[in-house]
Amino acid sequence: MNDKNKIIAGLIIFGVIITFPLWYNMGKASPVPEPELTTTAKAAKQCVRETEYMTAEHMQLLDVWRDSVVRYGKRIYVNSSGKEFDMSLSNTCLDCHSNKAEFCDRCHTYASVDPYCWDCHIDNPKEKE
Amino acid sequence: MKDLPKPDGLVSMMDHMPPKDKGWMDTPVKIRKGMYCYASNPKSVKYLGLPYPREWSPMDDDWKLPENWKEIISEGFRERLERFRSFKIFMDVCVRCGACADKCHFFIGTGDPKNMPVLRAELLRSVYRNDFTTAGKVLGKFAGAREMTLDVLKEWWYYFFQCTECRRCSVFCPYGIDTAEITIMGRELLNLIGLNIDWIATPVANCYRTGNHLGIQPHAFKDMMDFFVDEIEDITGIRLAPSINKKGADILFITPSGDVFADPGTYTCMGYMMLFHYLKEKFGIDITWSTYASEGGNFGFFTSHETMKRLNAKMYAEAKRLGVKWILGGECGHMWRVIHQYMDTLNGPANFLEEPVSPITGTKFENAKSTKVVHIAEFTSDLIQHDKLDLDISRNDHLKVTFHDSCNPARGMGLLDEPRHVIRNVCEHFYEMPPNTIREQTFCCGSGAGLNAGEDMELRMAGGFPRANAVKYVHEKYGVNMMACICAIDRAAFPDLMSYWVPEVDITGIHELVANALILPGEKERSTDLRSEPLPGMEDEADE
Amino acid sequence: MNVNYIFSLIVVVVLFLLAYVGVEAAGLQVFFGVIIPYLALVIFIVGFFYRVMGWARSTVPFRIPTTCGQQESLPWIKQNKIDNPSTLLHVLVRMALEVLLFRSLFRNSRMELKNSRLSYKLEIWLWLFSLAFHYSFLVVLVRHLRFFLEPVPFIIKQIEVVDGFFRIEFVSEVLTVGLPGIYISGLVLLAAVTFLFLRRIFIPQVRYISLAADYFPLFLIMGIAITGIMMRYFTKVDVVGVKELTLGLATFHPTIPEGVGGLFYVHLFFVSTLFAYFPFSKLMHLGGVFLSPTRNLANNNRAVRHINPWNYPVPVHTYEEYEDEFREKMVGVGLPVEKE
Repeated sequence: MNDKNKIIAGLIIFGVIITFPLWYNMGKASPVPEPELTTTAKAAKQCVRETEYMTAEHMQLLDVWRDSVVRYGKRIYVNSSGKEFDMSLSNTCLDCHSNKAEFCDRCHTYASVDPYCWDCHIDNPKEKE
Repeated sequence: MKDLPKPDGLVSMMDHMPPKDKGWMDTPVKIRKGMYCYASNPKSVKYLGLPYPREWSPMDDDWKLPENWKEIISEGFRERLERFRSFKIFMDVCVRCGACADKCHFFIGTGDPKNMPVLRAELLRSVYRNDFTTAGKVLGKFAGAREMTLDVLKEWWYYFFQCTECRRCSVFCPYGIDTAEITIMGRELLNLIGLNIDWIATPVANCYRTGNHLGIQPHAFKDMMDFFVDEIEDITGIRLAPSINKKGADILFITPSGDVFADPGTYTCMGYMMLFHYLKEKFGIDITWSTYASEGGNFGFFTSHETMKRLNAKMYAEAKRLGVKWILGGECGHMWRVIHQYMDTLNGPANFLEEPVSPITGTKFENAKSTKVVHIAEFTSDLIQHDKLDLDISRNDHLKVTFHDSCNPARGMGLLDEPRHVIRNVCEHFYEMPPNTIREQTFCCGSGAGLNAGEDMELRMAGGFPRANAVKYVHEKYGVNMMACICAIDRAAFPDLMSYWVPEVDITGIHELVANALILPGEKERSTDLRSEPLPGMEDEADE
Repeated sequence: MNVNYIFSLIVVVVLFLLAYVGVEAAGLQVFFGVIIPYLALVIFIVGFFYRVMGWARSTVPFRIPTTCGQQESLPWIKQNKIDNPSTLLHVLVRMALEVLLFRSLFRNSRMELKNSRLSYKLEIWLWLFSLAFHYSFLVVLVRHLRFFLEPVPFIIKQIEVVDGFFRIEFVSEVLTVGLPGIYISGLVLLAAVTFLFLRRIFIPQVRYISLAADYFPLFLIMGIAITGIMMRYFTKVDVVGVKELTLGLATFHPTIPEGVGGLFYVHLFFVSTLFAYFPFSKLMHLGGVFLSPTRNLANNNRAVRHINPWNYPVPVHTYEEYEDEFREKMVGVGLPVEKE
């Protein structure tokens, strides 16, 4: 029984599948997204906490905020340097980062993250202005 | 036999817990009496021209091995890896999930962990890894590799002759790893250095010379047939004239010689003769027996692929010489594995034969059109379906029958419903054993693949325990008193097994049941069945 | 104490330390982030092809399917086409069920001996957890394509949505779990691999047959799952940085971004080890399952002749030799002979 051809065909299919990422990206430039800071954001120098923390854990912070506001009616967040913030995505975060498309979406799209924040907070009034 | 423990004692020995303190590689083999078969007789090995014939004993320290035995084994191993993809794949892909473990009748019956199919294969795999794989060479024991030593060799011998190649484990294996294939390779390797068992070697030599395992010479074969003719005349009043070695017959019939030789197979043999007589009288069909090809079984299969081919060659050669149209095969287990999965490849193509068609019903046996061998259960099922047999099934009324699927027709062919169709049409009372023990999940008789000797009785009784247990179940539940089977080794082995575990149950072939019911043209009123036991309602007549 | 699993565990711990210390203390980001992954991929592909071609080189001299149902026979006898296939189509169905649903393993039962009576109990767990293990691993693998593809295809995003169907969130001052959203596949993978490990430890027969080579991949996959879960839910990692690295690998422009911690490199090193180890191990059952001659052949043996490429002539005992030896005896009982 000569089934070598079938086996080689199978192997080639397998090879094509496992190397999918190598040829899928071919010829596509994919620069690492750089979140753009607005002038306000630049002027503020630091977010509610240090940049490194914000990059990795902002979603967690937002979750805690939501919990605290919606469940306990507690709206004031105090950071380590004693500065106070209103726990609000629309009014605090998006106040500085009024450029959702250039700031939020770039990385989210790149990392294929689909946050459900925007399920409710759809219209950013500040962006419209 | 006298050393054989009582059934209760044997059951109490079935402890399935493996040793806690030591791994299996560190537990050397202990060859135990009652669990092995005697070494091959050098005369038989020599007659066949197989390597290293000599007197040796498994119980001796020195097995009188050729000096370069390790080389021979290693070279043989390499060669088989190239020749058999099955072997190479089965060496490589096992994940040791253990699903096969409690599927083996020998593990269930002995509790010996090395009878788990996975470990039986690991006996070879450990050496394979050491000699043929990178991981094994680099990591040694941690990759499950070990060197070939005399102890390992003895372990191979002991455990490859504690496997009946029944393939039950292969049904459950997610990769279809077939321990039969492993055992076949293991035994081939052992045969390269002259380590066979005599229960295989001598039948093979006999079969090569006289045409059958039992060494029955042609004149004796004729005598035995004549004896059956007399018996049948006593029972039915009809004198048969079976065709033997007859040129120009329509069909050549080949069945295991065991059925010619010993009860209860002899009754099945008489059954065949009566059926053929009936077909000759009614339809003028001539079915001939052969003394040259007087063996359906093939113990060569338990020796090596080459030996199997050497013995199997006689079937086509004889069919050609006699000028028959096609071959009809009797009830036998491994015979049918060989015919179905090997014969055409080994000794075909059988261009000199015709595509088998039943001359009586006109049915074309499409599934046998290349090999041109039809199973007698297929043949008889076809006769019954077309209402060609005159049957009085009340003559089997004293029997409550169950059916044992023989391993090879079940898992190497799929002949499951043809024999059932026949049985249901020749007897009234038929009961199935539990589903986990029949059809493709059938349990071996414990004596297949050349292990039905006398000296390994404890092994056989232990290995047959799962089957016997299922028989006991239907015996207790339905009063079953007869187990039908389609295998000559079954008919040779089961009487011992039944008398040990379920003495109330007898063994029969299905063509004994057919012949019991079959009304021969012009026969006298029968008062007994083929066993000369009174028929229901005829107890008085039979006594006279 | 079982030397086999201790050994494997130690190896995995050493691998962990190698990568962690290598990155955190010795700054070997390029080695663990670029060289090792490429090397692993090459070993995997070359090794896998080599092994499969090794099997392909071995011949299939006989057609030896294990038949698990009624053969194709007479018209009034119903064939079991899946378990006893007689055509290519039947075989394809049988193989598909075998490969995709582990049909043979589904038959599994457990023998029990009580009062000299044998019984066979349903045993579904091995099948269930094996299936869970393989499929969750597949989903995890496919999900990770988001790190290797830009733009991320719609289908990958959909898989993420389905995988993240259960929105389990736990918020407290000390510990917050659930953002980013919980992927069920990762947890199932960890649970299944743990089950497979525990059965090796607790079922005496399975412990007896298990080799170090059986524990090693389990520990390695456990390590992969745990480091992945840690990064996603607990210690956190700069995902954009990670993707910069992985996409760099996929586009052959390797870069080492700032701010990606040692745990990520451990994760990557574990995965690389798994890939590199794959072709040398039992994990090759991935390829082997397709080539098993007891499953991938049709049981049409008597209808279609199978050719053995190395079928060689053998010595046989011919009828002439036979008759020469027994002629007188045959004539004596009236059996026909060729030569009087």
